[in-house]
Amino acid sequence: MHSTGTTFLELGGVLFSLGILGHLALRVGISPIPLYLVGGLAFGHGGLLPLGASEEFISVGAEIGVVLLLLTLGLEYTAGELLSGLRKQARAGVLDLVLNATPGVVAAFVLGWGPTAAVVLGGVTAISSSGIVAKVLGDLGRLGNRETPVVLSVLVLEDLAMAVYLPILTALLAHHSFARGSLTVAIALGLLVAVLYVALRHSDKVTRLVFNPSADRDDEVLLLRALGLALLVAGLAQRMQVSSAVGAFLVGIALSGPVAEGAQEVLRPLRDLFAAVFFVFFGMQTAPADIPPALLAGSLLALAGVVTKVMTGWWAARSAGIGTMGRFRAGAALVARGEFSIVIAGLAVAAGIEPKLGPLAACYVLLMAIIGPLAARFVEPVTRTTRRRLSRS
Amino acid sequence: MEIEETALPGIGLRHDFPTRSGRRLGVVSHHHGRRDLVIYDPDDPDSSRDSIPLTAEESDVLSELLGAPHIVEKLADISSAFAGLVGEQIAILPDSPFEGRPLGDTQARTRTGASIVAVVRDQIVHASPRPDFRFEAGDIVVVVGTPENTASVAALLQSG
Repeated sequence: MHSTGTTFLELGGVLFSLGILGHLALRVGISPIPLYLVGGLAFGHGGLLPLGASEEFISVGAEIGVVLLLLTLGLEYTAGELLSGLRKQARAGVLDLVLNATPGVVAAFVLGWGPTAAVVLGGVTAISSSGIVAKVLGDLGRLGNRETPVVLSVLVLEDLAMAVYLPILTALLAHHSFARGSLTVAIALGLLVAVLYVALRHSDKVTRLVFNPSADRDDEVLLLRALGLALLVAGLAQRMQVSSAVGAFLVGIALSGPVAEGAQEVLRPLRDLFAAVFFVFFGMQTAPADIPPALLAGSLLALAGVVTKVMTGWWAARSAGIGTMGRFRAGAALVARGEFSIVIAGLAVAAGIEPKLGPLAACYVLLMAIIGPLAARFVEPVTRTTRRRLSRS
Repeated sequence: MEIEETALPGIGLRHDFPTRSGRRLGVVSHHHGRRDLVIYDPDDPDSSRDSIPLTAEESDVLSELLGAPHIVEKLADISSAFAGLVGEQIAILPDSPFEGRPLGDTQARTRTGASIVAVVRDQIVHASPRPDFRFEAGDIVVVVGTPENTASVAALLQSG
């Protein structure tokens, strides 16, 4: 039994060093996610400063981090936005998923990891980090750009795809029989449709569960009720073997209007804290010695991931009537992968399907979370120079 | 003038329009109240040359600088040019019979002789509102007329 003092010292040390890493990331202009992962590598087994006392807290904190990440993802878009995205950009969404899942699926088969790992790795390479992308677009002042709605609607569709993908993945990872697996998937998809319907037609009633719109806004009440509801539904979903992440995500979609915006605001600091804990936890589960052997495959996957996302963005922007430069900007903006790739890989690591998958996913996200913002920043000068050279020769 | 409105899922709304001088201007309204003033690049119409983030207070100041002095000037003109006229500000209360109804329904000018020259909503001035402008609770209605006339508008807006 460790003393409270030791636990506090370890947790304090972890959070404080994450703060320093986050500061560094801001200074250099990259996402802090890769640095949190590196921090996790250092604190894990076989790392520089292995933790003992606080590991239990960190592992529960990481679970809460996933719930909060998915809850805020659901809050980010309203049901109406999801459906109109589906209507307008369905083809771009399908292209996005097919093109970007392919490298992961192929890699898993080439490495001889089998079909379940292929589904996992396909998810890891397919989903862009909506957090990093939205932040980068805002930082670069591109929200006004004409290609930005195209980029955002691709993110919206990935979001919707996650809601379908996560239950399927959970069922696969749980080694259920086919009948049992299909049942949980059917339950999850039925719930998704029901939630979308309720969110579109009766969102005011659901919203009233969390918040009484006639009263003055009270952040404390809103925070406790929203988080409580999300954890309740997440726990229930986990009991039904549907995945807590999906439950939290559905709660996020069901809430809407000013309450959703308010909830997003009050949950943000909490999400930032627990998401950081989650990234550290994922890093901790990876032994640093496993990273170098994964580097080659990780870099190849990263290269393929850049190319396929640029192609997706280019095609989606072109069909929206955007000029050449804007098409490349849209492609580069989508390159970043981050939190959701780790959420997917984290589920697989927890199920213990393939020991080398964790290090490969860590390596991939490390690279993509750094390359993504840089690609978005430097796509314009690079495209300009390339076009000039091409036209000269 | 044609203003284009585009939804930005997860972020907010964007409005943009071409100016007569051939440039394009836009405003991105974030859900959380931040505004970005966007100035488009004349060479690449898809991209913004500059995007200036404004806090809620800054965008209020900007909109006042651009629009409000106009109305204040007009009001001052009216009061000095026509002695005996006053400008009155009347709030639409939640129990007002005209809450949610168009301005035309009040028939304010015919019934009282005073004119509704502007409505202030969420600190934005809607000058010369048309008859189809719908009132909402919390709107401030700016009325010009003789003191008696403006008082009857206040009574009208309160109790129909």
